[in-house]
Amino acid sequence: MNEMTPPKAERAAALKGLGTSRKRVEDARFTQGKGNYIDDLKLPGMLFGDFVRSPYPHARISSINTEAAMAVPGVVAVLTAADLEPLGLHWMPTLAGDKQMVLADGKVLFQGQEVAFVVASDRYAAADAVELVEVDYEELPVLVDPFKAEIDGAPVLREDIADTLEGAHGARRHPNHIFTWESGEKDQTEAVIGEAEVVAEEMVYYHRTHPCPLETCGAVASMDKVNGKLTLHGTFQAPHAVRTVASLISGIAEHNIRVISPDIGGGFGNKVGVYPGYVCSIVASIVTGKPVKWIEDRIENLTATAFARDYWMQGKIAATKEGKITGLWCHTTADHGAFDACADPTKFPAGFMNICTGSYDIPTAYLCVDGIYTNKAPGGVAYRCSFRVTEAAYFIERMIEVLAIKLGMDAAELRRINFIKKEQFPYQSALGWEYDSGDYHTAWDKALDAVDYKGLRTEQAQRLEEFKAGKSRTLMGIGLCHFTEIVGAGPVKNCDILGLGMFDSCEIRIHPTGSAIARLGTISQGQGHATTFAQILASEIGIPADDITLEEGDTDTAPYGLGTYGSRSTPVAGAATAMAGRKIRAKAQMIAAYLLEVHDDDVEWDVDRFSVKGAPERFKTMKEIAFASYNQAIPGVEPGLEAVSYYDPPNMTYPFGAYVCVMDINVDTGTTEIRKFYALDDCGTRINPMIIEGQVHGGLTEALAIALGQEIAYDDMGNVKTGSLMDFFIPTMWETPNYETDHTTTPSPHHPIGAKGVGESPNVGGVPAFSNAVHDAFRTFGLTQSHMPHDHWRIWKIANDLGLHE
Amino acid sequence: MEKMHLKMKVNGEDVETLAEPRELLIHVLRERLNITGPHIGCETSHCGACTIDMDGKSVKSCTVFAAQASGADITTIEGLGNPDSLHVLQEMFKEHHGLQCGFCTPGMITRAYRLLKENPDPTEEEVRFGMAGNLCRCTGYQNIVKAILAAAAEMNAAKEAAQ
Repeated sequence: MNEMTPPKAERAAALKGLGTSRKRVEDARFTQGKGNYIDDLKLPGMLFGDFVRSPYPHARISSINTEAAMAVPGVVAVLTAADLEPLGLHWMPTLAGDKQMVLADGKVLFQGQEVAFVVASDRYAAADAVELVEVDYEELPVLVDPFKAEIDGAPVLREDIADTLEGAHGARRHPNHIFTWESGEKDQTEAVIGEAEVVAEEMVYYHRTHPCPLETCGAVASMDKVNGKLTLHGTFQAPHAVRTVASLISGIAEHNIRVISPDIGGGFGNKVGVYPGYVCSIVASIVTGKPVKWIEDRIENLTATAFARDYWMQGKIAATKEGKITGLWCHTTADHGAFDACADPTKFPAGFMNICTGSYDIPTAYLCVDGIYTNKAPGGVAYRCSFRVTEAAYFIERMIEVLAIKLGMDAAELRRINFIKKEQFPYQSALGWEYDSGDYHTAWDKALDAVDYKGLRTEQAQRLEEFKAGKSRTLMGIGLCHFTEIVGAGPVKNCDILGLGMFDSCEIRIHPTGSAIARLGTISQGQGHATTFAQILASEIGIPADDITLEEGDTDTAPYGLGTYGSRSTPVAGAATAMAGRKIRAKAQMIAAYLLEVHDDDVEWDVDRFSVKGAPERFKTMKEIAFASYNQAIPGVEPGLEAVSYYDPPNMTYPFGAYVCVMDINVDTGTTEIRKFYALDDCGTRINPMIIEGQVHGGLTEALAIALGQEIAYDDMGNVKTGSLMDFFIPTMWETPNYETDHTTTPSPHHPIGAKGVGESPNVGGVPAFSNAVHDAFRTFGLTQSHMPHDHWRIWKIANDLGLHE
Repeated sequence: MEKMHLKMKVNGEDVETLAEPRELLIHVLRERLNITGPHIGCETSHCGACTIDMDGKSVKSCTVFAAQASGADITTIEGLGNPDSLHVLQEMFKEHHGLQCGFCTPGMITRAYRLLKENPDPTEEEVRFGMAGNLCRCTGYQNIVKAILAAAAEMNAAKEAAQ
């Protein structure tokens, strides 16, 4: 090393690579109001589209009269299914192998369903015209309860497929039945349960809710008839897949479609699917020859696009008297609404619900999921979780608590004696997954120590005595959760969406002066990709993160990828980024060796340069190598310094965590106060601790909302009761506690940098922790299970039912 | 519908535009004046993404008619700082990771700006209460609170130094 070379650590720090809490590059524009969200886009001559929606959950449409609407000044067109039918666009395929009406074709199947699309010069004219479209409905009997879908006399919802006995996921036994999906060993599990010393049985309901990102969904379609090119801007979590789907359903050749995801104001799964608004914008642009914008309002967002959860999970868990779990059985009734529009990999109609054995070494298990049609909005998206993983985690973490009650055991200890042991990884679960890595006991002990678990139980007992003695009206609950996720979908061998393998990609170009641009197949919605992926690259290629521009979301420039959801960006695109970086480095090594006049094998990597082995004073920095790649004729080496990697992950990653919630509950008002929340996450190698912590805070707050009040509720008539932010609970700053975050680090053995993904862990683990705290507070009075959301009224009702108000 | 002639001051500049009497202020700002910092998140004045400062008060511009803003002095996120001289709140939101997707951020910062004028030295509890009209889905608020408290401390230190 010559005298001018700064020490290794100093050079590494200057890169702001892996492990650095680098400040976000996105923030400059967002803090100055210069973000570029879909509704900010204004194109010359742009028209505005708005939907006429059904007030009825189930009705036949006898007529649609658009005359009065067309007479409104500024109105250009009113599209109905009859207009879309000649184009074959009145129905569209869903991500789950079903099809969905774009505009009501003869009948409506849920309240808020799209019936007609008004196109006008501005949003006010469009709204006026929406009011004037006359639709005659004949009401039909409504099916709200999925358990009544197959009884005699149940109304048949999907007349279009009433006689189709074979669905996209196998046999259908009733017109309102979508699929049966099984995993594991039924007979063996039932035998184990039949012979078990102890069996706990419970119905665990994870209610219907909604991702509700602060920005709703929207699109601007612009058909350039001169060049035959369609540009579709929109809130797409998977822009490349949207391009392919748009091509397949519209017949426009894929090279003539450009999809652009601008800045996205939060996604959480809401922006994975393809919605009628996107299709209608495209058709309207083709029909009018002008750009057409469609932006949902909040009521439309909550009532028509992308609900999440709605799983009724009947469980049985068997154990020895000592608490060793011997078997797990689950039957789930999955309410999918009117169309099966779940966003799941094709072969997994119930997502990865079969991760429901959780963090535990359960030798035998069986899962069966029945998908059911009801008169509710379609969706079933992965709201800040990998596909159905949060349902699975809630199920097992409730069943563990129920089993602990049955055994009379401490729930923390019951978990500990059943955890998969560190030396068992890679671990084959009874339901078919290979957990890549984990160290649950270490995380658990660290968490229990951090909160002084024994001290908490002592305090709880004292507080209970005070309550029983009439000195207090407050109960204390301790909510435990140890979750294991399965994220990073996924290996092309078993994961695809509409036939598109779930790999992801990164392309890197190094500029002559040693800075770079990288483009990925993913798209940030707040995760800070432009900050963190540049950090991965900085560590791989020795160019400072500040000198690397990161671009996503334009299908004309970015390499193909399946997008951002299911915590897949870091496990899949992050891996592609590292691998593309390694290709750059391999070529850089050849260039450095040539410049240093030594053999390729005689140079070695040193943070930001290659130096001659044994002679560190002889080196070429990446900056020098970059320039050389543009101006030297190197025998056998192409000019330029670029690389692309398409990464097909060999396995999923399995982040895990240990959460503890301490809650005080007033039994007379049903109000809750989170006194403490401790969250330990193990997401493998940590790229940017600041961003990880932010993700955990945010995910926990979404979990708090879901557990304590947020729901999409329907009345018996099929009316949505929680269709605006008046009724749909989103916690404010006032209701939200501070969280303590912590971590252990168990790198993924198969990921190039050992990272596992973290964005969804806090939602997956948070919901059981909050819910378990509520249950724990009332455990001593005989409560075993009460359905979420635990809002003030429902908690008051628990107390009342238990006789605590007498 | 017949349009009316509106004059107001926005971010220090006198502006005029034609708008229907029923147009909401947020739509006039965003679509007629191309001020797209304030966003629309709910249309029921719950989320606060559209928060602006109007005549010295925090206002949710999705539930105000533009006609009501005739003659008003309005400040939006675009008027709080500029790339060469950011407002302390803008710096602190970045410093303390007080934003993720950025959609709530303009309203959040604009509300915090007025909060710190109303109460220059708030406690954490006062920040949480005073900001409860602005929703965020990404951050869990913890770092937003931190950013606002840090901005208050820095603004107060600067004031003291100037005295």
